[in-house]
Amino acid sequence: MSMGAVGPSAPFTHTPNSVQATMLTVLVALAPATLFNLYLFGWPAILLFTVTVASCAAAEAISLGLADRPVWPRLSDGSAILTGWLLAMSLPPWAPWWTGVLGAVFAIPLAKHAFGGLGQNLFNPAMVARVALLVSFPVVMTAWVAPHPLFAAGSPSLAEGWAITFGGQMPDAVTAASALGFVKTELSRGIPVAQSLPQVPDLMDMALGLRAGSLGETSLVLILAGGLFLMARRIISWHIPVGMLGALFVMATLFHALDPDRFAGGLFHITSGAAVLGAFFIATDYVTSPVSKAGQLAFGIGVGVLTWVIRTFAGYPEGVAFAVLLMNSLTPIIDQYSRPRRFGRTRQGEPLAQKAAR
Amino acid sequence: MLIAIGSLTVIGIVLGSGLGAAARFLRVEGNPLEAEIQSLLPGSQCGQCGYVGCGQAAAALARGEAPVTLCPPGGRAVAQALAKRLGVHIDLSKHEDKGPQYAVIVEGLCTGCTRCIRECSVDAIFGATKQMHTVLVDACHACGSCVPVCPTGAIAMTPVPVTIRTWHWPKPQPGPLPAPEPQGEPVGEAA
Amino acid sequence: MIRHLFPVRGGVHPAYHKDPTSEKAVVPLPMPGMLFVPLQQHVGQAAEVLVSIDERVRKGQMIARCGGAISAPQHAPTSGRIRDISEVTAPHASGLAQTTIVLEPDGADEWADLPEPIEDPFAADPQVIRERVAWAGVVGMGGAVFPAAVKLDLGTRYKIDTLVINGAECEPYVTCDDRTMREHPQEVIDGARIIARALGATRIVVGVERNKPQAIEALTRAASPHPDVEVVGVPAQYPMGYAHELILATTGRETPAGKRTAEVGVVAYNCSTAKAVDQAVRLGRPVITRVVTVSGGAIREPKNVECPIGARVGDLVAFCGGFRSHPAHLVNGGPMMGQPLPNLEVPVVKGTAGILALLGSETNARPEEPCIRCGSCVGACPVGLVPVEMAALIRRDDLKTAGRLGVGDCIGCGSCAWVCPSHIPLVQYFNYANGMLWNQEQQARKNARVKALAEAHALRVEKAAAAKRAAQSARKPAASPAASEETGRKAAATEEARP
Repeated sequence: MSMGAVGPSAPFTHTPNSVQATMLTVLVALAPATLFNLYLFGWPAILLFTVTVASCAAAEAISLGLADRPVWPRLSDGSAILTGWLLAMSLPPWAPWWTGVLGAVFAIPLAKHAFGGLGQNLFNPAMVARVALLVSFPVVMTAWVAPHPLFAAGSPSLAEGWAITFGGQMPDAVTAASALGFVKTELSRGIPVAQSLPQVPDLMDMALGLRAGSLGETSLVLILAGGLFLMARRIISWHIPVGMLGALFVMATLFHALDPDRFAGGLFHITSGAAVLGAFFIATDYVTSPVSKAGQLAFGIGVGVLTWVIRTFAGYPEGVAFAVLLMNSLTPIIDQYSRPRRFGRTRQGEPLAQKAAR
Repeated sequence: MLIAIGSLTVIGIVLGSGLGAAARFLRVEGNPLEAEIQSLLPGSQCGQCGYVGCGQAAAALARGEAPVTLCPPGGRAVAQALAKRLGVHIDLSKHEDKGPQYAVIVEGLCTGCTRCIRECSVDAIFGATKQMHTVLVDACHACGSCVPVCPTGAIAMTPVPVTIRTWHWPKPQPGPLPAPEPQGEPVGEAA
Repeated sequence: MIRHLFPVRGGVHPAYHKDPTSEKAVVPLPMPGMLFVPLQQHVGQAAEVLVSIDERVRKGQMIARCGGAISAPQHAPTSGRIRDISEVTAPHASGLAQTTIVLEPDGADEWADLPEPIEDPFAADPQVIRERVAWAGVVGMGGAVFPAAVKLDLGTRYKIDTLVINGAECEPYVTCDDRTMREHPQEVIDGARIIARALGATRIVVGVERNKPQAIEALTRAASPHPDVEVVGVPAQYPMGYAHELILATTGRETPAGKRTAEVGVVAYNCSTAKAVDQAVRLGRPVITRVVTVSGGAIREPKNVECPIGARVGDLVAFCGGFRSHPAHLVNGGPMMGQPLPNLEVPVVKGTAGILALLGSETNARPEEPCIRCGSCVGACPVGLVPVEMAALIRRDDLKTAGRLGVGDCIGCGSCAWVCPSHIPLVQYFNYANGMLWNQEQQARKNARVKALAEAHALRVEKAAAAKRAAQSARKPAASPAASEETGRKAAATEEARP
């Protein structure tokens, strides 16, 4: 029989954690890598980053307003800013401003609010936006540039950066291929991986981020530091990152051993592209990944294997975004099959066999 | 061309005859749905739905002639079960659920006429002529058939009282926490 | 002591908040002006009143007897006069009332004639011990309030080899068990040995969370002469005090779902219950007091109070200096599993381990936010449930699927709701679902009974009508079938009017 209670239900003590605190911690973890990369890619990157994050926040506010929901409490939880931040980090650093705005439209109203808002979306909003932009504007979305650190010689000034971001005046001379793209192109021209690999930046440059790539994906050391910080704060567990990077490494190493001319090695795969960023910050998105630890491990392995398959056999040089989206669609099924064993029950849910009663 | 037409025709004839034979030799007597629906109904034959008994009501439901909300004693739970079985979508928010009830005979008004006893389909009312009658709470399923037959209006349908044993927490209401109620007078000042 | 412990799953680490009371010795509450002894302070049937209004009773006299197979008697906490037997608001989240004996103490505090102490319980027949514990009205003092004597009977039906004494006290704020173990280690160990004797258990494991080193030390010293008693420090990890979890951690045995721990040869008793058993057996004294932790940010002087059963919560709060400021929550029990109290007039019962007056600022309560599927609740659940999934199902009223996923296995420990960053009242969802499922089951049972009654009724009416018809057609063959139907019904009615 149900009728009112004299007060709220237990517990009368709670974790100091909140949605907002969680999102803020993730942003803090992303900050070093982001700041370093903004420095590396200069003014155009800073402008694009600002536009993208602001567009996502604005899109969130408008979506909430249209849905007749309270705007400020949801906007202040930081989830839209995090989506915008991750989207910006996955864009080419000198891409025009409208990629950020259009990406925000894909990410927030379509990938998130059409499903019911925070916590209800099936697919990672930032990756939906990135993939939608990539398939719609393949040239713009693969126009990489080599690092042009702020204030260094050859780095665009604020005015030049403004022209690049808002005027669409991409200087042709500066474009550079990403390592994955380079190896793939060379392979398609019949040049074996073993020959093209020595021409990509060496491991040290890859680790520091001194290479062409998306706005926020290149600085491996700082991304790794942010990821470990999140693990230390128990925001994420090791299951998805280890599962994903481990599977990617194992697949690549295995096939590299079989045919070094056709397949790049494991270390190359996990240091290039968005592998590390994806493993710690994108695949670990709470909403779109499984809830149990076993499920998260399976999810991570799935993302790793799919990333390798897409990078190796599909038309696109990079596969993290596609792999994450594909595994997102499997999350409900993984959740269903990875429920923990209940106390006193077998995996099938039957009570454990008892000792003989007297 | 001819082979295709021919083979499809043959397949059609074979399968069609199979279906015809099955319909003739494997026929099920009566409507199985009706029996299933009847098992969902309370089965107390109170007649409040307008049909003579639960069997007739089940038949009407199976034919799609009666709404799934027809059974007052069954309440929301039975309506839900029927809707699920029949694949009907119902808006239960409009279907008011008064919660479990039972009949109470008001002392002093009962004249001991035994009319309610005759009306009760589950023998939940006890008493003798010219003696006050009582309702067995455990057996009464609140069909209400006894209420209109009482000449003195001594019977009232009353909600089964909530006790500490039967109480449970209500469903959490979404939205901000309600402000905690004042917890009585602080005794600190008095102490 | 380094001892191998067995791993348990899940759990959380809420702030202890035990300091305000853990170092303060237990003080007795001055006898209040009126005591309210409810008939139902335990799991099972309510006790049956033995006294009448205006009757004088003496301390320790049984005033309500066992009401059934699973029940416990109530005793007068002091001498005085019965003023009333009426419905009084219970210390329960519903705010509903229950039958309560109102006793006005006369100040004499005069003992009734108590049963003789059992001189050597280790030579006594286990049945004698069981009867004594049943007489004394001992129930699980940790909050489960299951009648202790009923559990002692398990020894006759199962092979019990291990008795686990639960001194984990994992609830924050609450220190009454800690103080009892520190101040009365001899009684706790002796009570445990008596219980083991009654159960036929050969090994006693006392599990105490490691955040209570003094209690572990005191118990270890008290247990040193007894090689069969082992005091084990267990990790301070909520909900270690959940009996099934403590048994798993200390013995490695996992109780099958929905079964008693006796199925795996173990029975668990709370340490304060062990002390109460000791008092009943050694001194012949019933449960008429208990130690209650009065704490929380709104209490001026937090204390552990030895309080007569039936004292009002307000009496304890006043004894502890009253409120420092207006409490946001008044809680019966610990903050993790406690229940909101209706007001300060409700009585302390045998299961009241704590009275907490909490400030809004110390609960970290926030408005509910959307679930972000972070999975913290899955990791925190000691039972291995998926709270996020069950709550979503219950929110859209799919109780059946929630039941299939194991909402009935939920122990209500509150770990999931504690850890939830969105502050979703998960425990309330599960309590609601379990209450609804229980009601539905009761309703289904009633429906089956009603159906059987209706069929029997119809059959009898039919039979009576047939008999009448037969008799009439023998006498008057021209009678219309309708008329005979009518008289048949009448005949049936007159028949049933005679009970």
